[in-house]
Amino acid sequence: MKIVIQGGRIIDPANGVDSVYDLLIEDGKIKSMEQSLPAIDDARVIDVRGKVVTPGLVDMHVHLREPGREDKETIATGCAAAAAGGVTSLACMPNTTPVNDNKSVTEFILLKAREKNLVNVYPVGAISKGLKGEELSEMAELCEAGVHAYSDDGRPVMNSLLMRRALEYGRLFNLPLISHCEDTNLAAGGVVNEGVVSMVTGLKGIPGAAEEVMVSRDILLARMTGSGVHIAHVSTAGSVALVRQAKREGIPVTAEATPHHFSLTEELALSFDTNTKVNPPLRSQSDLEALIEGLSDGTIDVIASDHAPHTLAEKEQEFDLAPFGMVGLETLLAVSLTNLYHTRKLDLMTLVARLTCHPARILKIPGGTLSPGGPADICIIDLQKKFTVDAGQFYSKGKNTPFHGQELTGAPVMTLRQGRVVFPSEHRSSKEQQGEPIEPQEQHRSSTGEPTAGGNYSNHSEYEQKR
Amino acid sequence: MFKRKDLLGIQELQKEEICFILDTAESFKEVLTRPIKKVPTLRGKTVINFFHEPSTRTRISFEIAGKRLSADTINISPSTSSLTKGESLKDMAQTLQALNPDIIVIRHSMPGAPHLLAQEAKFSVINAGDGAHEHPTQGLLDLLTIREHKGKIEGLQVAIVGDILHSRVARSDIFGLIKLGAKVRLVGPPTLIPPFIEKLGVTVEHRLEQGIEGCDVIMLLRIQLERQNKLFFPSIREYSRLYGLTLDKLARARLRHDVLIMHPGPINRGVEIDPQVADAPFSLILDQVTNGLAVRMALLYLILGGDES
Repeated sequence: MKIVIQGGRIIDPANGVDSVYDLLIEDGKIKSMEQSLPAIDDARVIDVRGKVVTPGLVDMHVHLREPGREDKETIATGCAAAAAGGVTSLACMPNTTPVNDNKSVTEFILLKAREKNLVNVYPVGAISKGLKGEELSEMAELCEAGVHAYSDDGRPVMNSLLMRRALEYGRLFNLPLISHCEDTNLAAGGVVNEGVVSMVTGLKGIPGAAEEVMVSRDILLARMTGSGVHIAHVSTAGSVALVRQAKREGIPVTAEATPHHFSLTEELALSFDTNTKVNPPLRSQSDLEALIEGLSDGTIDVIASDHAPHTLAEKEQEFDLAPFGMVGLETLLAVSLTNLYHTRKLDLMTLVARLTCHPARILKIPGGTLSPGGPADICIIDLQKKFTVDAGQFYSKGKNTPFHGQELTGAPVMTLRQGRVVFPSEHRSSKEQQGEPIEPQEQHRSSTGEPTAGGNYSNHSEYEQKR
Repeated sequence: MFKRKDLLGIQELQKEEICFILDTAESFKEVLTRPIKKVPTLRGKTVINFFHEPSTRTRISFEIAGKRLSADTINISPSTSSLTKGESLKDMAQTLQALNPDIIVIRHSMPGAPHLLAQEAKFSVINAGDGAHEHPTQGLLDLLTIREHKGKIEGLQVAIVGDILHSRVARSDIFGLIKLGAKVRLVGPPTLIPPFIEKLGVTVEHRLEQGIEGCDVIMLLRIQLERQNKLFFPSIREYSRLYGLTLDKLARARLRHDVLIMHPGPINRGVEIDPQVADAPFSLILDQVTNGLAVRMALLYLILGGDES
């Protein structure tokens, strides 16, 4: 099975490519990239002139909710949402029920992902048993089962000794430790940023220092142990400054920011709209600007969605009672393009790197590039496409987004994973399709050598390589 | 002059609306002095007092206000509410909607709950206190009381003393006083003054004597006894020593004899207010209660289309 992606502007940050090329895909892999490929008899040609072709996006911060909260999201619906968002690889956080702190849960997630067979799913294992922050989970077993990172996301590791041990013991596996930085004493009971909005509304505030204290701690522990730490969803100017300084000193730290934190500010909570309730909370304009500065200068390596689906009933409650989080898989790229690229804050190469090769490198997974020989995970983007966000049209079960009704510019129009078109889906009625079909007459034909879902997790770590 | 469906906070009111409510309340005070205190204004209207948090004075005040205007008043308290059975506020709102009431007065421990109730509701909503957010009828009755005794509000120096952080009364008072041109200072320990509050146009003073110096009005806030041991202050004893208002401290601050003392109640005698101050002739604590009734009658009347009669 051969596919030619013809005439698109290819942006491949890992290889420094930004040119119009034809891309040849063979057997689910990138075969070659040439200025003008000669006609190939048995190849399907996808004409993408005027569009941008990038590696499939890698979203390293996703909550798929299954097992346990299938009413919020399932692995199947989450994967469909990912594909619709141009995402071909995602890392899913372990705060499911039961917690992903043992191989049964990891294997279950991988099995479900393989059944759906839409995008690569890389489970994140828990740092501590039950996310309780008391004792280490069996990290080796999790690694063997196929996790690609460790995190207690949603629950910070308050015990500094446990964090130290996790960093040290984690060296066995050469996988990233992802830290949700929040001092739970400083943040206790808070639901919005501590600032003007908390003062006016009487809602309890979470000060920026609650995050920064823990970012500082994790940087110090990374320096002491020499083990890398990845700071999830950085939200304050202070955290950006801390990470910048740490990187300058050569401390092994990486960081991510979410589209909502670099696009929205705390004032949205003045209306008590629970779709704006997220942890860490939306911050101030100066924090937002610092995040963009950090994304621009490389302090922040990654853009990730922190996709956190909830049910309508859960969100239609008093602000204090509604759960934290918003969905993001299907707006990840569009919000980033609208607020970073079209505002000229980030060039396309930098932006795409934050969404592809950087997270792939941190997670140590294949993809994130269009290098020949690699998986043909591809996102095709219409940079100028204007559309209004309609949460009702999401593939995700979660409709909780503060971007509902906003006009955005730029969207994924086709997603290929291992050479197979996974978005737009032929099973969805045309009314539901967000992306205009690039070549409507083209129907997907089943490809040979159906790729394995769940990520190529054999061979991914030093630990396994040694065995 | 007052065309709103709901009263959710003082923050969103215009100065003219506030003055109109106060004027209307003043005219209702006369009704309260009649031998027969009931007027037929709201006959056939239904007012539900939905108090999801314990309250005596506000609930009774709303109940009497409704009854004086001949409305049918119904009280729902936490123990009798289906919210204790796990019903959500949204479902509760729909259930109440089906009973077609005219006004729901809501007290809730969480900020924004009245706003949630008012969304898409056909009935009117009056916020009777939502968490640490607003308590607009208390703010209005405080304004009425000050205006009554000082003849004006503009240019007055008002000190609000105590737990500003957790106080909905403080927020409503600040919004109202600033809109009407008073100068507001907040006095309390740094742990009980929310950061950024200066942005509302107030000043902050941490020492009581300096804070109340030259004031026309001192509004004391109830210190909730359960706040001690929560790291806000070491003990009630120490709080009282620093911030409890006594005749001595008033004298030391060289306050003019026409200073007014106010307190939204219930008071903790000997904690934030010395009994001698609470019972002094310049204490308006009971006037506030009476004015609360007038303000609530005015609001029920105005919201239920009082312009017609």
